[in-house]
Amino acid sequence: MGASESVTRGRELIVEKPMTAALVFIGVVLLLDMLRQLLTGELAISGMLGLIKDGLMRGLVIGLAGIGLSMTYSILNFANFAHGDYITAGAFSGWSVTYLIAGGFGAEANIGSLALVGAGGSVFGGALGVNIVNTPLAVLAGLIVAGSLTIGLALFIDRFMFKPIRDAGGIPLLITSIGVAFALRYLILFVFDSSTRGTTDAGTVPDIRPLVLDGTVPLTLHDGFLVVVAGGLMLGVHFLLQRTKLGKAMRAMSDDESLARITGIPTERVIRSTWIIGGGLTGIAGYMFVLWKGTLSWNDGWLLLLLIFAAVILGGIGSVYGAILGGLVIGLTASTAVIWIPSGFARAAAFVVMILVLVARPQGLFSGRSTA
Amino acid sequence: MSETDSGDEPKGYGQSEEEDQSVLFGIDFRNDKYMLLTLLVGVFALYLIGGVVIGLPFRGLMNQLGQLSFWIAVFAMSALALNLHWGYTGLFNIGIVGFMATGVYITGVLSKPVFGSGTSAAEVGGFGLPLLVGIVGGMAAAAILGLIAALPALRLRADYLAIVTIALSEIVRFSLLSDTLSSADVAGYKVGLGGGDGVILDYGDPLEVFVRTASVPFDLVFGQSGWLWEEVYLGVLVEAVGSAIPNNPKPVVDNFAYAFVLLLVLGGFYVLITRIGSSPFGRVLKAVREDEDVTNALGKNTNVFKIKSFMVGCALMGLIGILWFGTQGSVTPNTFRPRITFYVWIALIIGGSGSNTGSVMGGAIFAAFLFQGPRYFKNIVETVLGNPEAPSSFGQAMAPLSGGDIFPMLLYTLDSIRQLQLFLMGVVLIWLMHRRPDGLLGHRKESASSIPLTRPTKKAATDGGEDQ
Repeated sequence: MGASESVTRGRELIVEKPMTAALVFIGVVLLLDMLRQLLTGELAISGMLGLIKDGLMRGLVIGLAGIGLSMTYSILNFANFAHGDYITAGAFSGWSVTYLIAGGFGAEANIGSLALVGAGGSVFGGALGVNIVNTPLAVLAGLIVAGSLTIGLALFIDRFMFKPIRDAGGIPLLITSIGVAFALRYLILFVFDSSTRGTTDAGTVPDIRPLVLDGTVPLTLHDGFLVVVAGGLMLGVHFLLQRTKLGKAMRAMSDDESLARITGIPTERVIRSTWIIGGGLTGIAGYMFVLWKGTLSWNDGWLLLLLIFAAVILGGIGSVYGAILGGLVIGLTASTAVIWIPSGFARAAAFVVMILVLVARPQGLFSGRSTA
Repeated sequence: MSETDSGDEPKGYGQSEEEDQSVLFGIDFRNDKYMLLTLLVGVFALYLIGGVVIGLPFRGLMNQLGQLSFWIAVFAMSALALNLHWGYTGLFNIGIVGFMATGVYITGVLSKPVFGSGTSAAEVGGFGLPLLVGIVGGMAAAAILGLIAALPALRLRADYLAIVTIALSEIVRFSLLSDTLSSADVAGYKVGLGGGDGVILDYGDPLEVFVRTASVPFDLVFGQSGWLWEEVYLGVLVEAVGSAIPNNPKPVVDNFAYAFVLLLVLGGFYVLITRIGSSPFGRVLKAVREDEDVTNALGKNTNVFKIKSFMVGCALMGLIGILWFGTQGSVTPNTFRPRITFYVWIALIIGGSGSNTGSVMGGAIFAAFLFQGPRYFKNIVETVLGNPEAPSSFGQAMAPLSGGDIFPMLLYTLDSIRQLQLFLMGVVLIWLMHRRPDGLLGHRKESASSIPLTRPTKKAATDGGEDQ
């Protein structure tokens, strides 16, 4: 067993090496090309820094949402395609509350329009002056509601959709999650309609524009808020996993569920905690994403989902740190790809990176060190 | 990866004999074909009755039935192609729509008239090749895309393949949307994918092309080009229908004729995939599905088998894309969203993966009750109610609800049936996975040997007759 395993591993390595070498070569070429663009002035340094900032922000959202996906993927052993729509659900519920509070519960606009996040262009976030400075209470309340409602949703779906067939294996669960995703997405569409709404009053968000060599790089307070929220939550998850008994139990479960069960870990309770943590982070990620980019649409979560999958696979399924780092890499890829290729392909580039990772290193960058 | 798979292996051996009969909802059908036939007749009867009850004009009713046949054929074909991937080989392909898009777009590029000579003022032209060449090209392109997806992905677990294929289908959509590929000069021809505006498929009516192609042997006999089209189709068929529908009968006949062509293709699909399934090649595919390591150990290069199976299925999906979208006059990239993949998966799971007859039945049930059904239902109810004005948003529909008036809510629900039917499909999929994961006919076990190995069941042994 051991011998044959090491033989196949060795063979795999030989097969993989030219691939890895080719990838490194491509990376070097791209880097040189970027340098050339910077030197010839085709690409401004400030412009590049702007892209990198953009990518890091996006990456934080992807990483935050990816933590939940990565944890459920490793503990329950299935790819949850409904995860993207948890993001959408969190965003809509949170923004509904933000609108209600910012609109004075019907004082500034029809209460129904507020609750439906201005469906059909009836109310605009800009008109309500929604941003972190003008309406901090509305934003915070929305953030909390987004997190808690998504927790409730995740628990509800797990209890009634996933739990009854949990023993059937990963693929039936995956197919079920696709059903959940579509049901959820089109229910949201049914209630909130298909318009893309502007949610924030972007003009009055305080920002600084530090001068970097050849231009300015705008940094808004929403960027800062996203860094604080996402960074804080990520640190929180780190301490939870490393310092608490629950974290230890979770790590044990993702390593070997049967072993965890015979050592007396209450697996069902751990699974519930996983959904609570994952769901909460996902809902908050959805809310923060909308606050940061300033628009909200029923398709947002789905469009983000594949990038999140890319991040989770890149980081190694089950690894929380991998998900965060993978998120940053994927976010950076999607944002900075426009340096080399037309902007229409930026998102495609992130998917290509994911496929390349699957080919070169299907176990992810942080494999074998899951959550530890 | 194989640890999780091998855990539920012994289930299959305990299969009881009773389950192999065609029993559905307590009704005993003599065999699967009979069941399929009953289903189809029932569906058409239901649509006919629905139309007659609300007094739909004859023309409208015929259009509905023609459309129904079209959708049944389309989804049955798609489910069959997917059955080759998932049912036979165990390849979890959820990027179906990407292969369909590739098929129809490449056909468009190859067969559109050369720039400047087309009937419409399209911003890009094509190569002006005959449509049949275009179709072959489209299928080949879909197969090549399948190869590109398969080469890296087939070594991976099923869920990774799922993510790769769906990512690929989105990459295809983004590429079709991009401005960069929207127009280019290739060997002096101004061709392109049209970007977000899509492409106009002005290569002529596919139906006419098919009939004219089928007419080639007759043309030799009668010495007239397109004899079947001019004399038989236009001269006899359309004329005959013209007595029932006086003004402009051709679109109605076209509808039915095209659906008939699709049903013929569906028959071809069925035969092809059944032949593949029962061939030595197909046996290896099923072995790969059950246990790839064992198949490998028996000396079969499973990767090659998987790639071949994947490419054949992708080519068929490309063909379906061409037949489905090729008649609509134009295509836009955003048509090819993942929900089309979702449709096909539901159709397959309703029918039961692994069963060809089941796939066709699943396609028919999906088309009749989940896809076309709600829309038809909406038409019927709206006609009965005299086309009332529905509230334009959920809020406006909600407001009267507090006063006990549920009518606006019902109207809004009816008006948004296209969104709600996807919600319904999701619920159906969840229900199926909970209650009937094997679908209608997917629970069958086929024996690998050419003679039955089970004991005659004259007297059922008390221990079940198993001696393993």
